[in-house]
Amino acid sequence: MTDTDATHPSSLSPVISVNNLVKYFGRFVALRGVSAVFDAGRMYALIGDNGAGKTTFLRALAGLTKPTRGSISVLGNLDIHSVCRYFGYMAHPSLLYDEMSGVENLRYFSRLYGIRNDQRCAEVIRLVGLDPQLARPVGQYSQGMRQRMSLARVVIHDPKVLLLDEPFSNVDVSSAREIVELLAQMRDSGKTIVVVTHQAQLLEGAADEFVWMREGQIVSRTSDSQSSRREPEER
Amino acid sequence: MKRVFPILGILTAALLSYALYEALIAAPTEQTMGNVQRIFYYHVASAWTAFLLFFINFGASVAYLIRRNPIADAIAVTTAEVGVVFCTVVLVTGPLWARPVWGIWWTWDVRLTSTLVLWLIYVSYLMLRRFSSSGQTPLLAAVLAVFGALDVPLVYFSIWFFRTQHPQPVIGGGGSIDPRMMHVLLLNWAAFLCFAFLVCWSRYRLERLQKDVEEAQALESMVQPGGTR
Amino acid sequence: MSRLAAITGAALAKDLRLEWRSKDAINAMLFFALLVVVIFSFSFNPTAEESRQIAGGLIWVAFLFAAVVALNQTWARELRNQVLDAYRVSPAPASALFLSKALGNFIFVSVLEALMAPLFIIFYSLRALGPTWQLIPVSALGTWAIVVNGTFFAAMSLRTRSREIMLPLLLFPISIPALLATVNATTLILTGEASAKVWIVLLLAYDVVFTTGCLLLFEIVLHAE
Repeated sequence: MTDTDATHPSSLSPVISVNNLVKYFGRFVALRGVSAVFDAGRMYALIGDNGAGKTTFLRALAGLTKPTRGSISVLGNLDIHSVCRYFGYMAHPSLLYDEMSGVENLRYFSRLYGIRNDQRCAEVIRLVGLDPQLARPVGQYSQGMRQRMSLARVVIHDPKVLLLDEPFSNVDVSSAREIVELLAQMRDSGKTIVVVTHQAQLLEGAADEFVWMREGQIVSRTSDSQSSRREPEER
Repeated sequence: MKRVFPILGILTAALLSYALYEALIAAPTEQTMGNVQRIFYYHVASAWTAFLLFFINFGASVAYLIRRNPIADAIAVTTAEVGVVFCTVVLVTGPLWARPVWGIWWTWDVRLTSTLVLWLIYVSYLMLRRFSSSGQTPLLAAVLAVFGALDVPLVYFSIWFFRTQHPQPVIGGGGSIDPRMMHVLLLNWAAFLCFAFLVCWSRYRLERLQKDVEEAQALESMVQPGGTR
Repeated sequence: MSRLAAITGAALAKDLRLEWRSKDAINAMLFFALLVVVIFSFSFNPTAEESRQIAGGLIWVAFLFAAVVALNQTWARELRNQVLDAYRVSPAPASALFLSKALGNFIFVSVLEALMAPLFIIFYSLRALGPTWQLIPVSALGTWAIVVNGTFFAAMSLRTRSREIMLPLLLFPISIPALLATVNATTLILTGEASAKVWIVLLLAYDVVFTTGCLLLFEIVLHAE
């Protein structure tokens, strides 16, 4: 299942390695033993139907949900909270305060990471293609702008690992392409990126690997967004 | 295990009936209060049992916070529920006794009021257990139990400053007690403890079984994907 | 330590700024508090002497109810867009978030009390016979006692169903000693019958015990999932 590419330069020590992850919510099983390895400098697309356990998996990687069983090791460390500064997590909701402007939001979140440099906030906002001077509160942004601002929050502290949940939802195609391009640049600079999405075709050519989830399990890992379609359906 | 339970049940029933006989018939009648005083064997025995159960609850809660062990949580829920029942007995028998003896149902005395506050805290504990979403219940309940334990000395002192009008404590206080009465009291306490243990045991088994069933159902749906929906 | 202070300060400044912009909590609380004062005034119509005896209880029960309205709003802003998750994935200490919220609530409730107190004085024609200045430490300590546990239990209620009703159910039993101390201290100061020192010491002990408890246990509650 964990087809680590031995020729890949950075695959010697995986950034994240997940071992037999199980998560129950009461009687509902969200994850049924997920094992996987994610390497540095690669972009992964995590794909599957609604309820396949993608979001739970991502939340477990981010340390937001404690798994019922199994372990996650990040940069060789089993305690996720001790390495959380290397993570950037983007959820389906924006994780931003609607009543504050983009810069105000970023300034607050940068303080949480001990960054006191306001230059950095403006820089990151420009990086995601927005205007740092924009005084409008985030609540009045368009969905595309909000997703970009959300991405700015994720990368404010220059994380090593990006965990992104549906970064393209309700975003028009051209904006989505720009975000993908941005993510590809970050990947090339050595970051590990895991993107949960149901729009796999947007990541065609950008993602290094497509990880298919179904019923709380990883069913296959392929190098393009089409191969799994040809797989026989098990149901 | 299965055989021990009925034997223990029979022994407890025997002990309870013997204690009942001792308390109602064999024990000497108190000179000033008369037969009303006999309620004291139940009142005090329940109070000690309830306090012991709450103390175990606190210990189990701390153990859960440290080890996250489901057994500790099962002990905590068991002792809290049974403790609330015994504490209710204390709060009901207290006024029943106070009315003929003191001429009032209730007074804002230290032990009375502290017991009431303790009861309130543990009822809120059971409420929290009922209303929290299943995965987080043990943790939140354990945290609340710790808060409750922190509160107990403060409750006691605040009401002590407020005023006191209760007879001196039976043990360690200035009040003296006929050794025969003491004997009956201890006998009753022993019977109540056996009874409490029996109830706790079955409640604990129930709690563990419930968890086992949930676990089994979750596992089953893991073996057959799609079984959850 | 300075990191804790910096993050607490940033979070508190953020909350105060947002509250200043929207003013939802403070407006609702103010009107609610006004209603409580007016209804209490209708229900009890005592002489000046009697009112000294009962005012301590009335005032603090009114403050407690008003505070619960404020406390229930504490985490509402963090739940919208799940911003709380952004805090949880950051390395910022949980205690900093807790302190900022508790301090914010302390400021809100204190402002509220400062506005409600004159109304009580007018309606009940109150005049303290004891050392009036002592009312300031008493209300500061009493307010902190309600607010520190209230903030904590509001966070706990987030993980429950019907969370708005859960908060008072958890908060009131635990707060009984604090409330008793605050009410008695206030009454003693108003009537001037005896020194309120014992009660102030008790309140101080309560505040120290529960502030420590909250700071130590908040991380568990924040990451309970």
